[in-house]
Amino acid sequence: MTLIEDRDHLEHADNDQKPIGHGRMLRKEDPRFVRGLGKYCDDVQLPGMLHLAILRSPVAHARIVSIDTTAAQAHPKVKVVVTGAMLAEQGLAWMPTLSNDVQAVLATDKVRFQGQEVAFVVAEDRYSARDALELIDVEYDVLPPVIDVRKALAPDAPVIRDDLDGKKDNHCFDWETGDEAATQAVFDRADVVVTEDIVYPRVHPAPMETCGSVADYDRVSGKLTLWSTSQAPHAHRTLYAIVAGLPEHKIRVISPDIGGGFGNKVPIYPGYVCSIVGSILTNKPVKWMEDRTENLVSTGFARDYVMRGEIAATKDGRILAIRTNVLADHGAFNGTAAPTKYPAGFFGVFTGSYDIEAAYCKMTAVYTNKAPGGVAYACSFRITEAVYLVERIVDCLAYQLKMDPVTLRKKNFIQPDQFPYTSKTGWVYDSGEYERAMDLALDIAGYDDLRREQEEKRAGGELMGIGVSFFTEAVGAGPRKNMDILGLGMADGCELRVHPTGKAVVRLSVQSQGQGHETTFAQIVAEEIGIPPADIDVVHGDTDNTPFGLGTYGSRSTPVSGAAAALVARKVRDKAQIIASGMLEVSVVDLEWVKGSFHVKGDPSRSVTIQEIAMKAHGAGDLPEGVEGGLEAQICYNPENLTYPFGAYICVVDVDPGTAEVKVRRFIAVDDCGTRINPMIIEGQIHGGLTDGVGMALMEMISFDEDGNCLSGSLMDYLIPTSLEVPHWETGHTVTPSPHHPIGAKGVGESATVGSPPAIVNAVVDALKPYGIRHADMPLTPSRVWDAMQGRATAPI
Amino acid sequence: MQVTMTVNGESVTREIEGRTLLVHFLRDDLGLTGTHWGCDTSNCGTCVAWLDGEPVKTCTVLAAMAGGHEVRTVEGLEVDGVLDPIQEGFIQCHGLQCGFCTPGMMMTARALLDRDPDPSEDTIREAISGQICRCTGYTTIVRSIQWAAEHAAADDASTEPETVGSPS
Repeated sequence: MTLIEDRDHLEHADNDQKPIGHGRMLRKEDPRFVRGLGKYCDDVQLPGMLHLAILRSPVAHARIVSIDTTAAQAHPKVKVVVTGAMLAEQGLAWMPTLSNDVQAVLATDKVRFQGQEVAFVVAEDRYSARDALELIDVEYDVLPPVIDVRKALAPDAPVIRDDLDGKKDNHCFDWETGDEAATQAVFDRADVVVTEDIVYPRVHPAPMETCGSVADYDRVSGKLTLWSTSQAPHAHRTLYAIVAGLPEHKIRVISPDIGGGFGNKVPIYPGYVCSIVGSILTNKPVKWMEDRTENLVSTGFARDYVMRGEIAATKDGRILAIRTNVLADHGAFNGTAAPTKYPAGFFGVFTGSYDIEAAYCKMTAVYTNKAPGGVAYACSFRITEAVYLVERIVDCLAYQLKMDPVTLRKKNFIQPDQFPYTSKTGWVYDSGEYERAMDLALDIAGYDDLRREQEEKRAGGELMGIGVSFFTEAVGAGPRKNMDILGLGMADGCELRVHPTGKAVVRLSVQSQGQGHETTFAQIVAEEIGIPPADIDVVHGDTDNTPFGLGTYGSRSTPVSGAAAALVARKVRDKAQIIASGMLEVSVVDLEWVKGSFHVKGDPSRSVTIQEIAMKAHGAGDLPEGVEGGLEAQICYNPENLTYPFGAYICVVDVDPGTAEVKVRRFIAVDDCGTRINPMIIEGQIHGGLTDGVGMALMEMISFDEDGNCLSGSLMDYLIPTSLEVPHWETGHTVTPSPHHPIGAKGVGESATVGSPPAIVNAVVDALKPYGIRHADMPLTPSRVWDAMQGRATAPI
Repeated sequence: MQVTMTVNGESVTREIEGRTLLVHFLRDDLGLTGTHWGCDTSNCGTCVAWLDGEPVKTCTVLAAMAGGHEVRTVEGLEVDGVLDPIQEGFIQCHGLQCGFCTPGMMMTARALLDRDPDPSEDTIREAISGQICRCTGYTTIVRSIQWAAEHAAADDASTEPETVGSPS
């Protein structure tokens, strides 16, 4: 293990040359968190604050016959009880989703999934609010539900969305990408075609902090302040203005410390809107915090793609084409958070890291009687599903060709001189050196030795598996001309102010949920402007005090907002250079920038520091002609392209032949996210994503019975990895900077969540090779693995 | 009903409903919001605090049951402005990201180190296995606890902790 630990420490080697900004740095956030002084949504306490609880549907599909709130309203501690009918009178019963659909805030006509919001109570304390829910009497006329996604479009399927004009079926949307005819032509002439049905089950991000909000409406000023668990406070503000009809300058959204997001906190949930309504009605601050069951059964799920993957190749392992047909379960409302032109997110990158001749995808999305959502759990806008598909089907091809999965991948990699590379579905990969990353992973793993060990173990009847995956992601949405959320372009603002004494404050539109933005963004600015990170305060999560931007999800903070931070710092530095030229009485072009100071070219003794320049900029003396006082700037960064991080992952598992239990023995992750700002934080992000991968591959699934009852409504039923299910992670990295990003950085927050599930499943399937198994669906629980070993493998849904 | 208990060394008395959970008593009645709430079912462990020196999940303890007993929360780890080595370890080894599970993890880890000052990695993993962290993947939490074990003596000057906010 010494070797591995040494490699962990090599993490910072490439940054040691830049001591001012980039490099390993302890987090500025941590001193408050380790003291228990973080301030999360449920920690907000306001004078006179009331508590809100939501009554939810016990059934998946039913017409609401009547709601009697008399007894609840009579509860001595209850202030108000609100139903959908009451909201409808104000035009607030429905709200837009992030995919241009509508979703009920409180159900008026029907309930469409178990856990849907039906009514809410505002009471003096949280226990009384819950008590009063028991006093509300709802009569339901139960309807047959649509639970099996494959039956959603059957002619006799009950219509879920009869609220939509003229809707006669459960069809949500169709989408396709690639060239169908060209792909068919390649399949027709291929030596080998492999087809596999692959399911990515419904899973849930389940952040440790559930969702919630505190609304405080001031009836005198008409100003609403909303503390909420939001990954995108600015986008939420605009949507509240649209939903509630409140003027946008009278809405202040504050995202305090957030206890994990993973996409779960991107959408606007009915509970947030209810808390706003509750505050307006009671004239008091109103807090809503969902419990764990509410979080699991009603908020943004992830995945739920039923995919048929097809791959065409020559008999010597040259991949020619990939084709897929996808049935997507979007639940009762299309609440997917995806750019408008990308209803399937970035699933179009399903051609992976391979240079192929043709590709085609056809997708049908349907409504079912399940919770809405769709893009969450660190999925990079559906790249998780795309990477799982391609990395699974490539392994199926390797199985069929009896080729080593590494050899097959290497034979088909896009080569370094092919970048920028336009994929067959139109994505322009910015940079990559795939084989280098793959080789490093093989080296750390000791791949050849592992294969030898596997051979010996198989001979002795033991089940050891080695799984490989190689992923390419597309992260950092915009560009704004192609990408928007409900018409809001996916750009991000950044403002930098340097104070007279040379300290600074940088204000961001993105929102940390644990990623360490207060540290990383101070480092980005420090690197550009030479002020130490400790002297730079990072402000985020308050729409009144930060510039507009679309928030943090899809690994977009560093690619978009990180670029904004670097560029705003350069803008300030440009101004500083002009002021320095006046101070040193030389032309601007005769100045050289070195780590926090300008000096005269050829005469380093004549220099001024950024701190001296800051004082001059705010001082009483003259500034150069045409230069305003102060030292600050603001920009809005519109990315030229997405960034394309990649990585090579190797997983080693042991499967107990007697119990079918899978143990992840080792996991090696080599990542390339371009320029590395804080290697410690990057490593942490990778570790977390790998753990998500173990959860999804082996444990996690949101499942339903045939009546639509959610069977995964608590952490006793929805299993999340603990310290015992995951190994000691082994990481390595290569650095291939993004050519278009100002500092060459790419997003990394979701890389491991995207890349690890196929490596783990590939490892389990590899372990089961003696049983002649080519594929088994997640989650690979002992019972599902056992069934596969008995030849009874079934899809999980 | 009235309940009296010692919390972080101070005696507190409050009028409460009999059904009040200890986690809500600490958070809502005493304002000690470092102890978090995460699941209702004793699975996540973000609510762990000490009851008479033993880590307990305060979402499954009634405040009334703590009457007459001693409670220690994350707010009680720092003494006279000096962080406990476990707090310093989590900072030094990046044992936290969103910080939500961190107080519970640290309270469990502190109790572990008090009875086993030099635990193996397996022992550490076993000790924290009743708690969930969704961010770190646990390896850095294990390292943080090992750091605290190695730096048990607060005056250990041989390895000066790194300073927050300055790149190394």
